[in-house]
Amino acid sequence: MGIELDRRLFLKLSGAAAGSLAVSEVFGPLALEHIFPSEIKGDGTRVLSVLCNNNCGGRCHLTAHIKNGVVVRISADDSPDLAERPQLRPCLKGRAMRNRLYHPDRLRYPMKRVGMRGEGKFQRISWDETVDFIAANLKRVVDHYGPAAVFIHYATGDCGAINGSAAAERLMNLMGGFLGYYNSFSSACLNYTAPFITGYRDTSSYQTLVHSKLIILNGFNPAETIFETNSNYYLSRAREAGAKVVVIDPRLTETAVTFADEWLPLKPTTDSALFIAMAHVMIVEKLIDQAFLDRYCIGFDETHMPAGLPPGQSFMSYVLGLSDGTPKTPEWAAPITGIDPHTIRKLAREYATIKPAQLIQGLGPQRHAYGEESVRAGIVLACMTGNLGVLGGGWGGGEGGRRLGLAVGALPTGINPVKTRIPVFLWTDAIVRGTEMTADDGVKGGPLQSNIKFIFNLAGNTLVNQHADINRTVKILRDERLVECIVVSDHFVTPSAKFADVLLPSDNSLERNDLGFPWSGEKYIIFGNKVVNPPDECKHDYWWLSRVAARLGLGEQFTEGKTEEDWLKQIIADAKKADPDFPTYEELRKTGLYRQPPQEYVAFEKETRDPSKYPFKTPSGKIEIFSKTLYDMNKPGIPGIPQYIPAWEGPEDGLIRKYPLQCIGPHYKRRTHSTYDENPWMEEADPQSIWISPQDAGARGIANGEPVKVFNDRGALVIHARITKRIRPGVVAIPQGAWYTPDQNGVCQRGCVNILTSQRPTPLAHGNAQHTILVEVERA
Amino acid sequence: MADRQLAFFVDTTKCINCKTCEIACKDFNDAGVGRRIRKVRTFEGGEFPMVFAYNISMACNHCEDPLCVKHCPAKAYTKRASDGIVVHDPDRCIGCRYCTWLCPYGAPQYDPKEGRVRKCNLCLDEIEKGRSPVCVAACPMRAIEVGRLVDIAARPGVTIAIRNLPSPALTKPACRYKVRREAMSAEEVRK
Repeated sequence: MGIELDRRLFLKLSGAAAGSLAVSEVFGPLALEHIFPSEIKGDGTRVLSVLCNNNCGGRCHLTAHIKNGVVVRISADDSPDLAERPQLRPCLKGRAMRNRLYHPDRLRYPMKRVGMRGEGKFQRISWDETVDFIAANLKRVVDHYGPAAVFIHYATGDCGAINGSAAAERLMNLMGGFLGYYNSFSSACLNYTAPFITGYRDTSSYQTLVHSKLIILNGFNPAETIFETNSNYYLSRAREAGAKVVVIDPRLTETAVTFADEWLPLKPTTDSALFIAMAHVMIVEKLIDQAFLDRYCIGFDETHMPAGLPPGQSFMSYVLGLSDGTPKTPEWAAPITGIDPHTIRKLAREYATIKPAQLIQGLGPQRHAYGEESVRAGIVLACMTGNLGVLGGGWGGGEGGRRLGLAVGALPTGINPVKTRIPVFLWTDAIVRGTEMTADDGVKGGPLQSNIKFIFNLAGNTLVNQHADINRTVKILRDERLVECIVVSDHFVTPSAKFADVLLPSDNSLERNDLGFPWSGEKYIIFGNKVVNPPDECKHDYWWLSRVAARLGLGEQFTEGKTEEDWLKQIIADAKKADPDFPTYEELRKTGLYRQPPQEYVAFEKETRDPSKYPFKTPSGKIEIFSKTLYDMNKPGIPGIPQYIPAWEGPEDGLIRKYPLQCIGPHYKRRTHSTYDENPWMEEADPQSIWISPQDAGARGIANGEPVKVFNDRGALVIHARITKRIRPGVVAIPQGAWYTPDQNGVCQRGCVNILTSQRPTPLAHGNAQHTILVEVERA
Repeated sequence: MADRQLAFFVDTTKCINCKTCEIACKDFNDAGVGRRIRKVRTFEGGEFPMVFAYNISMACNHCEDPLCVKHCPAKAYTKRASDGIVVHDPDRCIGCRYCTWLCPYGAPQYDPKEGRVRKCNLCLDEIEKGRSPVCVAACPMRAIEVGRLVDIAARPGVTIAIRNLPSPALTKPACRYKVRREAMSAEEVRK
């Protein structure tokens, strides 16, 4: 499938006459006078700034070349590429946007389900019928079960300022509210745990990397998981400036290949054991920054503990084995982690003596059975080495969440009158036993007034594909007595979309005006122009939600008389009020980018500079290496200090005799989560395959490129084998995000890792542990 | 011509195998699946845990001694005297695919729909307008450059004698790479 086919299709469609703004309008190419030209070339080609706006940490400056109403090329930022202001160059996915825009499988009309739920059988209906159906079901559910029966699902496919989830929240808040959630599928353990330790989560900007003399990347693979558009570029500059880079990862990742001076192929789930053994080395070799610990931390040693505790509860007592008789030496950690004692000692000495040093943890290590512990242990190491709050140092907890970004709003959603929130990972539990869930399940503001009965799943694939244990999920969703109505909007019939009762065709980000921001780390905004009309009856969610609101008598309140464009203009006008340098709407449309100079931002700089004025936002005002709050919870898996807790389905679980391989589901450069799995250019660039070592493949008679079956008690999938020495023997890796494609026996033929993952949550955050899996692999 | 020969330079010690160059090239040239005018290949070596890998982003190497030019039965290939760019003329191409077997680097890409071959022309039109080739402008790592072969070849540590790549003696490719030592061919390491 090449772009040629799509364009022919599109041109055919473009020939149709443009209609009025009626519900069933058929679009022609956008009239040229409505296109805002930033550059008009000699041949009439327009070049405009556009957005690649899915859930990626980067936000890149893309431009579309439009000729005769068709996007003929994608190019990028052509501002001067300066060291202090590097261009925002897109990755391969942004460059392949045309293949998504003109994909022949794009949804074009609203449809309602005609077969069993999940079967994927749909029939075209009109937008009027669609809006009636949604309004009637929404009203029925809210009247019967209350607004808390409505769940607006975790969905990240559209990160624009007026995205569907925000619009749905706005509608529901006018109808009495909805069941809220907290956490994410990305950073649950990090985000939930950080407040107990440092008060909040923050990270130094990538611009500080050039000041680091040693960079330790634990489970951090920015070459494929783009955290910032230029994260790899800054890493490269740091290396050029002489930084030594150590990568800890079960795989020799793309990041490790390029940047690592050393690779430590750790067994998954054992990160905290490695860190704790490093702490042991630093303690016994007297390499710790005692002044830092004394000044900013509590709980490191017995003399800095909160009052009223029995002795032996400090971190040092645990590390030295004074509390449990087991000194956490490198020799203790070696069989656990698979890293030899000499290497652990060497890394501990380097981290303690090469300054400043930055320990950067990706989010993968915290998506494990006890993901809270690697976050906590990383922060402790950063404190022991005095690197927290220092330029070129780092806080050690985990990537992202920088307190740095432009103050620009989004569609206002209003206030949710329902105060009940669930940890998002437990949403399937909230369907089957919502009203029975308690604070032990992480429910806040409970109990739930109803089980989930209505789901909005707008630009999301967590309904099926990205949630753990697909076989459990689909069994629950198929039962129409449980969730009574599921509304899905998307570009394609994704695995989640198959479970829709009504399936709505969305517009692409090139088919509407919108705003884009990076996750964090740099202050800029990108304007994405509408450069082509959406095909057939594709609509942005705000459009149909405002019609649903009107059916329910809430139209005026919902829209306040504003179109999407009016909201965008208001958002920009508000931002300009706060920042006089901010461009006007028309200026931003034209330039596509407003960017403040990148800065060397140091997380927790003020707390370490002036701790009396800026105490850490914890009960003690200090970094709580020992947290009395956590200790007092008195629950298994939630120790007062960071500990190594052997994972269920980890290397020490007896189940490993039945399923001898640990399986992780890393991000893959060719997808943003599950977005772009449909893109054939991406499949050509990097096909879906399982990484398996020559040892493990050889023992199973598996040849390179051959299809293999991967299975455990929860499910099975078929995937091609990529035999590589770049993965630790005993570990396999299945890139996450492939679209669940079951055969008649329920065996996924595409290699979606979530058919193997578990819904068992982590103990404190109730987060997802989707990298903690044991499996067996055999020839298919 | 020798001193005016243009050449690609790729710093593989910066390349993260993101394949952005490959896709940007595809988009610019409207090349469908199966036509990889630029392609990033990955090679690995060593034994666990002392494993290494390297990525070679490569399009047409605009060789100084190009087999495609020499042997194309339709004379579709020419090597420009002014800058050494090897240009393929689709109007002359008869789709015999001889060049796809001859080229040791697999640069010519046969398009079954067109019945013709396509190949990198160093973004001739862009260069003539004073712009960089698309892959150069696209690389997020700023690892690809274009310049005069004499200048690039004079940089310290650059090579074209790379493990797993054909011997440069075959066609004298006008491209150079900076690679880690492990990626150099045995004879290059001995030098």
